[in-house]
Amino acid sequence: MPPTQILTRPQRMRRKIRQIWGHDNFGHILTMAAGAAILIITGVIFYELFAQSSLSRHAFGLNFLFTKVWDPVAGIFGALPFIYGTVVTSILALLMAVPLGLGSAIFLAELAPPRLSDTLSFLTELLAAVPSVIYGLLGIFVLIPVLHTSIIPLLKNWFGFLPIFGGDFFGVSYLTAGVVLSIMIVPFIVSVSREVLLAVPQDQREASLALGGTHWQTTWRVVVPFAMKGILGSIFLALARALGETMAVTMVIGNNPQIKASLLAPGYSIAAIIANEFTEAVGNLYLSSLIELGLVLFILTIVINGLARLLILATARRASR
Amino acid sequence: MMVSYSVRKRGSNILMFGLTGLCTALTIGVLFYILGYLLWHGVSALSLSFFTHLPAPVGETGGGMANAIVGSGKVLLLATIIGVPIGFLGGVYLSEYAGIKMASLIRYVTDLLNGVPSIVIGIVAYTLVVLPMGHFSTLAGGVALGIMMIPIAVRSTEEFLRAVPQTQRDAALALGATKWQAITTVVIPYALRSIITGTMLNLARVAGETAPLLFTSLNNQFWSSGWGQPTATLPVMIFTYAISPYDDWHRQAWAAAFVLLALVLIINVAAHGVLSRSKHLRRGPAG
Repeated sequence: MPPTQILTRPQRMRRKIRQIWGHDNFGHILTMAAGAAILIITGVIFYELFAQSSLSRHAFGLNFLFTKVWDPVAGIFGALPFIYGTVVTSILALLMAVPLGLGSAIFLAELAPPRLSDTLSFLTELLAAVPSVIYGLLGIFVLIPVLHTSIIPLLKNWFGFLPIFGGDFFGVSYLTAGVVLSIMIVPFIVSVSREVLLAVPQDQREASLALGGTHWQTTWRVVVPFAMKGILGSIFLALARALGETMAVTMVIGNNPQIKASLLAPGYSIAAIIANEFTEAVGNLYLSSLIELGLVLFILTIVINGLARLLILATARRASR
Repeated sequence: MMVSYSVRKRGSNILMFGLTGLCTALTIGVLFYILGYLLWHGVSALSLSFFTHLPAPVGETGGGMANAIVGSGKVLLLATIIGVPIGFLGGVYLSEYAGIKMASLIRYVTDLLNGVPSIVIGIVAYTLVVLPMGHFSTLAGGVALGIMMIPIAVRSTEEFLRAVPQTQRDAALALGATKWQAITTVVIPYALRSIITGTMLNLARVAGETAPLLFTSLNNQFWSSGWGQPTATLPVMIFTYAISPYDDWHRQAWAAAFVLLALVLIINVAAHGVLSRSKHLRRGPAG
């Protein structure tokens, strides 16, 4: 037993810290606090959006979602053109990205040898690493000229009688935004779908092959249906990305708050109007309306993401059983 | 009859797998097209003054983005300080302490947080930091990106810690270490390289974020001192310059895009190298 020492202040501090750090429950409490912080931060995000949009929620109620007019000067704010633009561009993106992504995932999971498959899926994931502002830049200076000179004239030639391809094309449009989005969300579909396809038990494939199925029949009628929930999950995941994507869409959608049947017309999206008008929003109602748009976007993506995660979890469980 | 059926079967087999191969080729073709295009246009627009000069006033050619490069660095530093500790400790909790129910709840919420659009995070950083302070600031941008870093930090830390063999923990405990001692002196060091790599990847992901910075750190034509002023950042500069009507600004936007993309891709490729070399580490039980 050492005699009691008289300690200087820093020494006492250090001993105190060592005592706290060395306490058995310290790690548990510290890390649990971090875990709780994650829940709290997510809650705070929702609360802030909800509280800060109260002015607009009280002024417009549910009509906010169904009003076509967005007129900051007159103080009338309706979300419909933006919801329409967000939904149309996202659906367009899915129409292009799902076949492309699912095709790639099938190739990578069922046909490509493992090492090639790993390399190729890494390259696909790099597409997701490209910042969205760079997609916007490429959209403006590469995609729009290409659409203008070659693709749109062809489309108009063949399908010009359809209302969705009617009207003039100025470059910025729903379609342009949809194409850019489709490239941005393909990696999400590929990487998650490939994982769930790879998780399908080998005996499922062997059973089908033993019954005389070709490799493709096995893939399409046995493996893909087995992994269907997970594939759907990957599609929802991609959809949520597309709905919330801001910069690339803002740069190519045209930023015109209107609702047009033609995909070649300029439009607007929820994320784009927030990006464009947030700093210039004068007046509390204006700002509050923009924040309510953020709330709409938040709820939309939370619901779709939540669904996606549940689907992916369900497949993972089924495969591991 | 039999022959034609089997021929048709084999034909559709080849055709359909051919199509899937085509899908893959197309996807990866787009990537290489993007890389090639940026290399071509970015390198030709790049000059030394890009890294050393302030942006030129409207109408003058030349100038650079030195302030935006430093600004991006500052915002990312703040984001790391804010986001990584919470995410890291949360990951430790999930992997080492949490019960099954609590763990799946936090994991689920983390995934949802990860899916919240970046522009929405920007709004919240605006209401939490910009409104009380009364002005746009580097700090607000750092808070926005910091929140965005949390979910990936949590999930990657958890994944790497789970991959640490149980025998390592048992050995430490058998030597008389407490659980917390075992975690800090054995488990975390074992996975440290992967965790640092994961953090770099996380940084690369938020380095290109533009939307949450638009109304938090805003933009600045000049140097921004300290943490309380608005600052220029590379992604916001790319956006501002891309939608401007000036050719010289477009050229600068390509240069900035090239620098940003090069940074992001180098980190991604290097991280892929590190993580696949320690692949035995990653084969843990899936979360």
